[in-house]
Amino acid sequence: MSAHSHVDGQLPHEPEKATLEGRNKVLGFWLFLGGETVLFGTLFAAYLALRNQVGDGNPTSQELFDLGLVAVATFILLTSSLTSVFAIQAMHKNQVKPMLIWLAVTVLLGLGFLGLEIYEFVHYVHAGHGFTTSAFSSSFYTLVGFHGAHVAFGVVWITILIFQVLRKGLNVVTAPKVYVAGMYWHFIDVVWVFIFTVVYLMGKVG
Amino acid sequence: MAHGHTVKRYSGLMDWLTTVDHKKIGILYLIAGGLFFLIGGLEAILIRLQLWKPLNDFVSPDTYNELLTMHGTTMIFLAAMPLLFALMNAIVPLQIGARDVAFPFVNALGFWTFFFGGLLLNISWFTGGAPDAGWTSYVPLATNTYSQNHGVDYYVLGLQIAGIGTLVGGINFLVTIINMRAPGMSFMRMPMFTWTAFITSALILFAFPALTVGLVALMFDRLFSANFFEVSNGGNAVLWEHIFWIFGHPEVYILILPAFGIISEVISTFSRKRLFGYSSMVFATVLIGFLGFMVWAHHMFTVGLGPIANALFSIATMLIAVPTGIKIFNWLFTMWGGSIKFTAANLFAVGFVPTFVMGGVTGVMLAAAPADFQYHDSYFVVAHFHYVIVGGLVLGIFSGLHYWWPKMFGRMLSEGLGKLTFWTFFIGFHLTFFVQHFLGLLGMPRRIYTYQDGLDFNLMNLISTVGALLMGIGTIIFLINIVVTAVKPKNAAADPWEDGRTLEWAIPSPAPEYNFLQTPLVRGYDALWKEKMDGNKGMTPAEPIGPIHMPSPSILPFVMSLGLFITGFGLMYSHYIIAGAGLLITFGCMFLRSIFDDHGFHIEPEELKDKGVKA
Amino acid sequence: MKRLLPLLAMMSLLLSACGREDLSTLNPQGPVAEQQFGLMKLSISIMVLVVVVVFAIAIYVLIRFRRRPGDNKIPEQVEGNHKLEIIWTVIPLVLLVILGVPTIQTVFGLAKDYSNDENAIQIKVTSHQYWWEFEYPDFGVKTAQEMIIPSNTIISIEAKTADVIHSFWIPALAGKIDTNPGGNVNRMYFEANKPGVYYGKCAELCGPSHAYMDFKVKAVDEASFKRWVTAMKSPVDMPADPAIAEKFINECLTCHAIGDKGGQLYPNLTGMGDRVAVAGFLMNTDDAKYANEGTVYENLKRWITDPQEVKPGNHMPKVKLTEQEIDAISKYLSEQKLDY
Repeated sequence: MSAHSHVDGQLPHEPEKATLEGRNKVLGFWLFLGGETVLFGTLFAAYLALRNQVGDGNPTSQELFDLGLVAVATFILLTSSLTSVFAIQAMHKNQVKPMLIWLAVTVLLGLGFLGLEIYEFVHYVHAGHGFTTSAFSSSFYTLVGFHGAHVAFGVVWITILIFQVLRKGLNVVTAPKVYVAGMYWHFIDVVWVFIFTVVYLMGKVG
Repeated sequence: MAHGHTVKRYSGLMDWLTTVDHKKIGILYLIAGGLFFLIGGLEAILIRLQLWKPLNDFVSPDTYNELLTMHGTTMIFLAAMPLLFALMNAIVPLQIGARDVAFPFVNALGFWTFFFGGLLLNISWFTGGAPDAGWTSYVPLATNTYSQNHGVDYYVLGLQIAGIGTLVGGINFLVTIINMRAPGMSFMRMPMFTWTAFITSALILFAFPALTVGLVALMFDRLFSANFFEVSNGGNAVLWEHIFWIFGHPEVYILILPAFGIISEVISTFSRKRLFGYSSMVFATVLIGFLGFMVWAHHMFTVGLGPIANALFSIATMLIAVPTGIKIFNWLFTMWGGSIKFTAANLFAVGFVPTFVMGGVTGVMLAAAPADFQYHDSYFVVAHFHYVIVGGLVLGIFSGLHYWWPKMFGRMLSEGLGKLTFWTFFIGFHLTFFVQHFLGLLGMPRRIYTYQDGLDFNLMNLISTVGALLMGIGTIIFLINIVVTAVKPKNAAADPWEDGRTLEWAIPSPAPEYNFLQTPLVRGYDALWKEKMDGNKGMTPAEPIGPIHMPSPSILPFVMSLGLFITGFGLMYSHYIIAGAGLLITFGCMFLRSIFDDHGFHIEPEELKDKGVKA
Repeated sequence: MKRLLPLLAMMSLLLSACGREDLSTLNPQGPVAEQQFGLMKLSISIMVLVVVVVFAIAIYVLIRFRRRPGDNKIPEQVEGNHKLEIIWTVIPLVLLVILGVPTIQTVFGLAKDYSNDENAIQIKVTSHQYWWEFEYPDFGVKTAQEMIIPSNTIISIEAKTADVIHSFWIPALAGKIDTNPGGNVNRMYFEANKPGVYYGKCAELCGPSHAYMDFKVKAVDEASFKRWVTAMKSPVDMPADPAIAEKFINECLTCHAIGDKGGQLYPNLTGMGDRVAVAGFLMNTDDAKYANEGTVYENLKRWITDPQEVKPGNHMPKVKLTEQEIDAISKYLSEQKLDY
């Protein structure tokens, strides 16, 4: 089946799964996220093993973490997950414009989250919690930073997709890309929920 | 022509650099993996030459540690896995009746990242020292404090880059096998090799990310002064061992499962019999894959995890013997009542069975933690894992290469030279490693550069060295066989062994670019055999002859991997501009790949008829 | 099990004959190594049984069912056989239970903690690149490279490392335990049945001189052990020649201790004259058979002259001494014998 046998406006209900290429892409991405789960799982394990190794005179997690700020970041990211759902729903209804708008909102929220995270990191470094300070700090920045890098990658990716859809329209080639990016974004959110719980809440409780 | 996208088709070197054809990528894996196998083999020979007599000074202790590290790392990551990937690429799509893999582009990317990762690792020999902390790279020995040259940096970055290739390769096979089977090819009709490739790919998917994190942490420690393993700053050395072995133990099964698959195919074919207990074979494979994740701490019995952990991991490890035993007996009973033809491929397969049993039983012995206190890090362990990896995996690869060579290249390897390869390699192997069990039991630790005279180690080490040289000769005979075969006419039949059972033997040798002119309809397990027994000439097609869609070749995978290679160099020598430039190349290629759709091209029916090929 | 027994007996006979008394795991000289050897024998016996069965079937099948020339028959295509498949699933499970139960018993048995046992001798083992430090906290004694122990007494070990991971292994007396960094202390115990010298080895790759990181365990009788403790604490005379004495104090004792004098950072030199080996690896004997043997004096001289040549990567530099001074210091050290 060729990618060109469908014309805009005649998209099937789930355009991301209309072609074998699309189905492969979606399945492959699910599997990739399985691997990503192990990746973050290992990062979490390393963090849990090292989080009490603060070192003498360095700020502890209780002293550092500002739950208010993190709660705002969490709220922003969870909202962005919701907007990405709206985007995919719009895609399934073949409403290109709302889809693009929701994707753009998702990107903006992602940027907002990144801004807060950067602010937070700068603040920590000023408080004496640098990357090389202790085993706790190294594992903290690696875990949270890996997540942040994923968010940044997602922001760039979705932005590129917005422009692609603008140029090429929504078809069985672009639809799987958008769908997969949506999956990625949800995954990032889920990881953040764990970070919020394991790193911040547990860090605050001690 | 409605589908006529013009696609530039390359020839010569550019064809190989840009190919996305799984069969050509298989050959690339074979060449690169074979090259690294020769390098790793040379390192092994040098190790054995150093140990042939006590207090030898053929190489320096530093060089020796580099040799043993690079031998292990090269053989596992750069030889064994790529050679398996070579066979998986060449054969799995054919066995399931697919025209291609799910992600041809990603497949090429996987190869090139592996290749550049391996290249990066091996460049260390020429830039002031290869890694020397063992293939396990235990910290603190591998941290900056105790390993000041760039050796371990090469290890960390080289493996990281190669690991990306393996991971995406694994995902590619999983999707290919799940989504692209021919009509009628249900999971329980899949050939055993495809099954093992499937489970191995799943293990890769869930094991390699752990290694990725371990390598990232070690890299951060070494390059950016992080403290994951820096004990003085709260780091934890045992953490590395856990992360490494959570990856490392499944890795063992990643390696051996495809070998099991190859053996199953070869033994079944050359016994002219259906694989005995197919469903229990599948079950055993899945179970081994699953248990493979539960036993990592048996590499760490002496670390001091306490009696409860040691007891649990002892028992869990022993349990793996059960599915493995099922496999062994199924192979034996596949041959039972069969009509066994001793081709070179089958000699390797038949030699594999008892050899692997010997490696397996020492594995169970090692699983008994208190006894392992004596075996651990002694030559007994060296003997054990070489029985499993060389006696298992390498014999399996040799078997698979002799078996599928006509399908890959259209030429039959010389049977005489093949048998000579088998006997020299097989005898050399047992000479080398059988005595090492006893060296270990008599008190010789592994990874030692030399040993004292008068400790009863001399004779056995000498025997071991002689055996290693014999294995080297066996390998050279195989190379000669390749050269001799390459100048012979390309005349292998579609089913050159005449007893072929699976789909790959239904199409010409070598397989045409599009694999199947018409997608076959699979009517049972051992699809081709079933048709033969029913008196049919070939497979029943599941579709009329029509235009065949093919993916376009692309240079991007090569350039993307080159970018990572450049990044590796930049990071290592703290030239962050170069590192950034490398990443820019890689991400730039990803960007290009994303914005320019690959429409591929079509091979039209007229074209197919011109070539006069039949399915 | 009954059929196993004769096989077991034969195996143990065969295995016990293997290897040196002071080095081989197959010739255990203490209860811990004996227990481990027992488990090894059990597992080897079971496994030999498995190997024999598989080999027998394999050889039979390969001969009986080989394809004869001109044979073109198609064998019956057997799918499987549930009865057989159950058999070869259950029998291995039974064998594993036979092996698993004693394994677990021994795991817990060997994990016994004797660190508060008054009858046990406590020894703190600290590994260094590339030497072993042995501290006897109850006696206030510290030595290096040679662990002196009373025979027939439980020795309770507390092991850690000062740098990279090493592994403490005395094959004839007990299996190994890793020495971990960062306060991650490991314990084990062992016992020697009779006086003698036993080889100790480092079993974890620890750098270029990993192969040379040997030590010795010298088991002596109870009375000798007490005399040794006393002797270790007695004052030691400095070299008679004042010039040499000065050199020795300034160049050697900054790092090394002898008797009650000197620094504690590097191997203790008290009683060098009695040691089985210099630097763990140069064997001391008047009757040299092999390349790495010589008298204590010769070995000391070789060592001090160029430590990096003997043990690459170790921390001892080439000390600025004339040949005469090296001679005199080697001679002085080789005469440092303890009366025990």
